[in-house]
Amino acid sequence: MTLKDWFETRKEEQHAARPIDPKIDDYIGKLWVKCFNCNAQLPRKELEHHMMVCPECGYHFRINARTRIRQLFDEGTFQEYFENIAPSDPLDFVDTESYTERQQKAKEKTNLNDAVVTGTGKVEGEEIACAIMDFEYMGGSMGSVVGEKVTRIMELAIEKRLPVVTITASGGARMQESALSLMQMAKTSCAVARLNDEKILYINILTDPTYGGVTASFGTIGDIIIAEQGARIGFAGRRVIEQTIRQKLPADFQTAEYLMKHGQLDMICKRSELKETLAKILRLHKH
Amino acid sequence: MKLDFEKPITKIEEKIEELKKMSEESGMDLSKEIEVFEQQSHEYKKELYENLKPSQKLQIARHPNRPNFIDYIHLITTDFVEMHGDREGTDDRAIIGGVAKIGDTPVMLVGTVKGKSTKENLVYNFGMPQPEGYRKALRLFEHANRFGLPIVTLIDTPGAYPGIKAEEHGQGIAIAVNLKEMAKLEVPVIAVITGEGCSGGALGLAVANKVLVLEHAYYTVISPEGCASILWRDASKAAEAAEALKITGPDLLKYNIIDGIVKEPLGGAHYDYEAMGDELKKEILKALNEYKNKTPQELKKDRYNKFRRMGVFNS
Repeated sequence: MTLKDWFETRKEEQHAARPIDPKIDDYIGKLWVKCFNCNAQLPRKELEHHMMVCPECGYHFRINARTRIRQLFDEGTFQEYFENIAPSDPLDFVDTESYTERQQKAKEKTNLNDAVVTGTGKVEGEEIACAIMDFEYMGGSMGSVVGEKVTRIMELAIEKRLPVVTITASGGARMQESALSLMQMAKTSCAVARLNDEKILYINILTDPTYGGVTASFGTIGDIIIAEQGARIGFAGRRVIEQTIRQKLPADFQTAEYLMKHGQLDMICKRSELKETLAKILRLHKH
Repeated sequence: MKLDFEKPITKIEEKIEELKKMSEESGMDLSKEIEVFEQQSHEYKKELYENLKPSQKLQIARHPNRPNFIDYIHLITTDFVEMHGDREGTDDRAIIGGVAKIGDTPVMLVGTVKGKSTKENLVYNFGMPQPEGYRKALRLFEHANRFGLPIVTLIDTPGAYPGIKAEEHGQGIAIAVNLKEMAKLEVPVIAVITGEGCSGGALGLAVANKVLVLEHAYYTVISPEGCASILWRDASKAAEAAEALKITGPDLLKYNIIDGIVKEPLGGAHYDYEAMGDELKKEILKALNEYKNKTPQELKKDRYNKFRRMGVFNS
């Protein structure tokens, strides 16, 4: 490694080192926001104008499903489906808090019934069926509701002959539903198998963070996989791996850039280029 | 190796041995008394093993002497021919597979292997597959599909391996692709959880028409230890987590996660390999027979519908 390469790698690693638990848009400053990465003080308005990307260092703030929809779809074209599907508590699960209490709190925080919003809408005029996950709702975890809504939007896409796009942000399966949530991995993947049979284009957009049960099911079996710049993506969590192998992991481990280097992604996109890129891909598959 | 909760049995058994010895040495006829004790011991055992807590079943499922996939190959099949490798540079030993006969039926048999010693576990990686293992499994499934061979998978894994190489090579994607491609198979698929059925690592071989679980095996989205350390922030709460996660056969049956429970010999599979093998073979043949006359399309649809129905929600 030449000295220049070394500096280059070091810069990359520093750039890639992200705070472990950055908060999501509604829960950072109302007027001024401090960048999690470069500590720059930014007026909230300016940050919003830059699609919640730090204009100083390019750090992509995590955003919730509603913001994502506003950014991605042509104005007024998004039509939500299946919004009334809501979670129950089949196992009467209680840890330090009951599952129903956690649902209640998450609902108050996000104004959502569960961790995914599904619907149809237009991207530069191209109509798609889409599932957008919300990390703010119980860490974007996948339980029965997420599994059902993702499956239904794919079934709707088959009916309407629309391409499908999923935008994931998830810590993985929802433990409070145990094996039922595990089965959502199978259910959603079976639905993707149908998309394949029907030759319907299926695109994954992976955002920060996408882990566990979502990475190991519908989240990564698209015909094209796009990751948002700087997103962390993996199967096992960093801590679990560190404990298993008893080694420190490289700072850029599991970043989109790292996975790209290992051939796991088709491309990395800046948030500002996402809409344009998606529309281009959609048009190229229409003939 | 006896487990903690089995200690009372050991005591009764020691008593019986004592009596037998006494009877031999003194020439007294104690056979009646011994018989009574043995009867009692049997009933006590039955009672004990039928009412195990999830955390106790967990100990049986993880028992170091529990039969592993290699044992089952010998116990339930004949003419096993192993098929190695993913054709992309690796032969993951945590997943083994090949063609074999169960009874008179040729099948594709694939399973995860846990070693019984440290030396074996270095080879089998404690039954934790790398992405390459899942890709090998998929190659074998597709082979089976081409030649109309029913697929039988036996699963006993603490999960897919969490490591640097595993992430670099797409552990999540490898499992996801298996889930999707298994949905397309046009041959019967029977999956049996024989010990630990942990998370996506287990599911990656279990998108089946019929999913069976051995009596003391468990099937869960996350290990009770992992769950405890995340939700309780305390790994020592694993017993509570095991309870809350509802991971044992009867609960799984109640939520339609599985289709049946395979009975184990009293005390667990490790007490009687032959009996366990016979029972498992019987149940697999029964399941294969059920799907014998289904068309390829029916089989695929049956599997899709089974998983389509899973989940509990309000609408």
